[in-house]
Amino acid sequence: MKVKVLSRNPDDYVRETKLDIQRVPRNYDPALHPFEVSREYTRALNATKLERVFAKPFLASLDGHRDGVNCMAKHTRNLSTLLSGSCDGEVKLWNLTKRECVRTLQAHEGFVRGMVVRYCGTSFFTVGDDKTIKQWKMEAPGYGEEEEPLNTILGKTVFTGLDHHQKDAVFATCGQQVDIWDEQRSSPIRSFTWGVDSFSSVRFNPVETELLASCASDRSIVLYDMRESAPLKKVIMTMRSNTLCWNPMEAYYFTCSNEDYNLYTYDMRYLDRPVTVHMDHVSAVLDVDYSPTGKEFVSASFDKTIRIFPKDSGHSREVYHTKRMQHVICIKWSSDNKYILSGSDEMNIRLWKANAAEKLGVLAPRERQAANYSQKLKEKFQHHPQIRRIAHHRHLPKNIYHQTKELRVMKEARRRKERNVRKHSKPGSVPVVSEKEKHVVTVVK
Amino acid sequence: MASPGEAAVGNTHVGEKKKPTSRYWEEPQEDGKHENKVGEDGEQTEQSLEKKTRQTQKAKKRKQEEDQGDGNKFISGKSDPFPGPAPIPEDRLQKFKRRDKTKKPRRQHYKLKDMIARSEETSEMAQKQAARFDLLLPEDAGFLEGDEDEDTCTISQEDIADVVDITSATKYFDLKLSQFGPYRVDYSKTGRQLLLGGRRGHVACIDWQSKQLMCEINVMESVNDVKWLHSEAMYAVAQKKWLHIYDSNGIELHCIRKFNDVLRMQFLPYHFLLATASATSFLQYLDVSVGKEVAAICTKTGRLDVMCQNPHNAVIHLGHSNGTVTLWSPNQKEALVKMLCHQGGVRSVTVDKTGTYMVTSGMDKKLKVYDIRAFKPLKSYFLPAGASCLSLSQRGLLSAATGDIVQVYRDVWNTPVSKPYMAHRVQRTIWGMNFCPFEDVLGVGHGEGFTSMLIPGAGEPNFDGLDANPYRSAKQRQEWEVKALLEKIQPELISLDPTELGQVDRATFEQRHQDRVKALGFDPLAKEKFIPKYKKKGRSSTGSVERRKRQVAHEDQRDVIRRTAEDKMKIEKERKKREKKEAVLSSQRSALDRFKK
Repeated sequence: MKVKVLSRNPDDYVRETKLDIQRVPRNYDPALHPFEVSREYTRALNATKLERVFAKPFLASLDGHRDGVNCMAKHTRNLSTLLSGSCDGEVKLWNLTKRECVRTLQAHEGFVRGMVVRYCGTSFFTVGDDKTIKQWKMEAPGYGEEEEPLNTILGKTVFTGLDHHQKDAVFATCGQQVDIWDEQRSSPIRSFTWGVDSFSSVRFNPVETELLASCASDRSIVLYDMRESAPLKKVIMTMRSNTLCWNPMEAYYFTCSNEDYNLYTYDMRYLDRPVTVHMDHVSAVLDVDYSPTGKEFVSASFDKTIRIFPKDSGHSREVYHTKRMQHVICIKWSSDNKYILSGSDEMNIRLWKANAAEKLGVLAPRERQAANYSQKLKEKFQHHPQIRRIAHHRHLPKNIYHQTKELRVMKEARRRKERNVRKHSKPGSVPVVSEKEKHVVTVVK
Repeated sequence: MASPGEAAVGNTHVGEKKKPTSRYWEEPQEDGKHENKVGEDGEQTEQSLEKKTRQTQKAKKRKQEEDQGDGNKFISGKSDPFPGPAPIPEDRLQKFKRRDKTKKPRRQHYKLKDMIARSEETSEMAQKQAARFDLLLPEDAGFLEGDEDEDTCTISQEDIADVVDITSATKYFDLKLSQFGPYRVDYSKTGRQLLLGGRRGHVACIDWQSKQLMCEINVMESVNDVKWLHSEAMYAVAQKKWLHIYDSNGIELHCIRKFNDVLRMQFLPYHFLLATASATSFLQYLDVSVGKEVAAICTKTGRLDVMCQNPHNAVIHLGHSNGTVTLWSPNQKEALVKMLCHQGGVRSVTVDKTGTYMVTSGMDKKLKVYDIRAFKPLKSYFLPAGASCLSLSQRGLLSAATGDIVQVYRDVWNTPVSKPYMAHRVQRTIWGMNFCPFEDVLGVGHGEGFTSMLIPGAGEPNFDGLDANPYRSAKQRQEWEVKALLEKIQPELISLDPTELGQVDRATFEQRHQDRVKALGFDPLAKEKFIPKYKKKGRSSTGSVERRKRQVAHEDQRDVIRRTAEDKMKIEKERKKREKKEAVLSSQRSALDRFKK
């Protein structure tokens, strides 16, 4: 007779001393873990609920400006520094970790229209309504010294925007034309015009560094190559674009914020139709900025909200608002991909979390593991109706909620009418125009 | 693997040039040279050659990493006897396979395609990792083998207890409790605690491995059934009239008057549901985490004293006196399935851990095995005395109580069994029987008390510490309890197929069509009724209108006829094709045809 009976040595299964952690022997046999799917579903449901419970995105408000915040600039080398310019010509430097203003300077008379930090991070440029471009040192002046710009250029017309080259001593301004400046000279090395109009913003491409794009007031977006004397091409849309931002990872894509409440992502090579139309705002979109990963972008709108869009989705995943925040004029996504900064009409700069339910600070490994696991579960079960309902629910201010509803009704009515027209006219005479094609008028080369 | 073609090409080149004396450090270089020549014909300078060789060396190394089992040599000249990752046995991989591969979506859905490919990759990796980990599990299952011409069923419990180690030997014991018997038995989920319920009111819970009595009470009423709840802190007792819940110190926590005349109970551990079957033919579900009655179903089938649960999908099986077994979920007032299993009444039912097999015994003295997924009978055995009590162990051993004899069978569903694996006689009629989870132990409650038997190969050797850990500390138990409560499955999710929740809910064509009609406001596929146009100059007389209508109707009918004719032609064609194929097949004569009549 041969016999073996299960006989476990308890020493293999319990900890040796009280100072050890408990032993947890595992067996991954699916037969020992019944109801896998239902249990995972329950976990996903709990994780989704907890995410909504912990969604507290607002971190801090930086006050100190005496007029609306008109523009902001991220420091290129320092995560904790932020620059902001207001409508009364004042520029402030903020320390974000201490959440306080470290330096104030009266840069211009009238609005500060644009601001950019040089790629090396030692100085920054501002343009204002007083037709000047000023270069400032990043460091505060020593005791007894006067606050003076390193360099001042007096232009012929008002400048409305400014951007610096990624790695050369070259910057671009826009106003009545787009000018390329060498830092050493007091006149532009190149000027681009295409029709008589004014431009509202100009941005250098972060990868193909010689390329620029600008938004013009004749409803067009114009692309330039710095090395050429004439602009490359432009796309004319039905409404005016306010600002644009290049995707830092896939730099052939850029997103523009438009007056018609939408944002449009274009592929630079095919301007005849946008890649994606991002809808959800209920008023003009004023500013847009990409996350450094290029996966998402954030937009600021006249409807007093901030929305975060995944780059390839037509609707926002998140909306931020507070009772006191007025029209949001400028927005920035911090370079560590964790925070969003918004400057608004009522003189405040607000600091938000990019991921509303994220826990800040250092996570313990197990904490991180649990967070990753629940994130994966949420992804896995995101299409289940109950989980979807909870994950998508957002509280909106009353007027925005009603306006959204109204817009939906209007859109539906327009669609219905078009359908009826199509139904009652000769087949083929009223073609179907997709939402993407609807907003582009022409492409000019 | 060096392909023959490559070698041949190499040979020609070697033949052309004079071979330098070979040095051990030069060996790979030379190889590289040859490969070089293969790739690129023509003369090369010394420098470029060296560069190239370095490149090819690198390429070669990569290649070596890529193809496994090719016995490529290292610089030292030795070849790796076990190249590549260690192989994983196929059966172990199969054990961790969750589902078949998803069908590739159509060309357009490139994003979806990408997503599916990536998720499949990760799940495959997880499957492989789990299979690998399976090799490292510390314990092996028990077994019992007889000598030559010795049946394992003749080996007595005393013999086994003599042979095995002392700790295991202590697991064979008898409790003489003749006053309040017969006893019902229940083991807790971890297998550490034992609950005994005597018919005449004696309830005791014991930490049976250390033989420590946790509590002992007499409820002064008849006891029909006892059951542990989710942890060893609480248990439910079905008494003469009501259902009572006690804690492990014997203190009565609840008396639930909504549950009366309960005869049998089952606890669904992942749903925190206590299912009770009563003499008034009610099947009731109690949510023990919130103390609410989830469902009360009147089965209208008389006294319910045969009950078991399917641990795979939490469906309750009830056996009835007319020979049927019915399957119930709390979401439906009617039975999910009714099966006629026996000619007499059903005496006992049990379902295995994977939810594949159901074993029933009836008054017709038969023991039947069913495939519960297909609802098909698999095997039928005749037991002279009939089995009053059935129980399945974690590794699929079946114990059947025939009078006062416990018989244990092995593998009843695959091979026809003629002899029991083990047998044991207890003093009086058996009343309740249960295998202890994660131990090779069968607990038998009978008229004279309780017997704990050793059944080698019954229990799962390796437990999962996060699910049911027999060695857990109080702290670990508390943590587990919180986690388990958090992921309590809602009773609405109980259905015959527990994986249903993870499948894609494909709307039927009709459903999608209905949605479309609702969205559009009209039916785009509806056929419009023909209304003849009004024609002038007297051509729209009633007669001509009627004629035009008939013409259209004829046209429609012709369409229908044409279509059916085409269909018929197609079917005919297929039939002919098939016949042709069969004819070809039948014309191939085999050597065995001559034995045909």
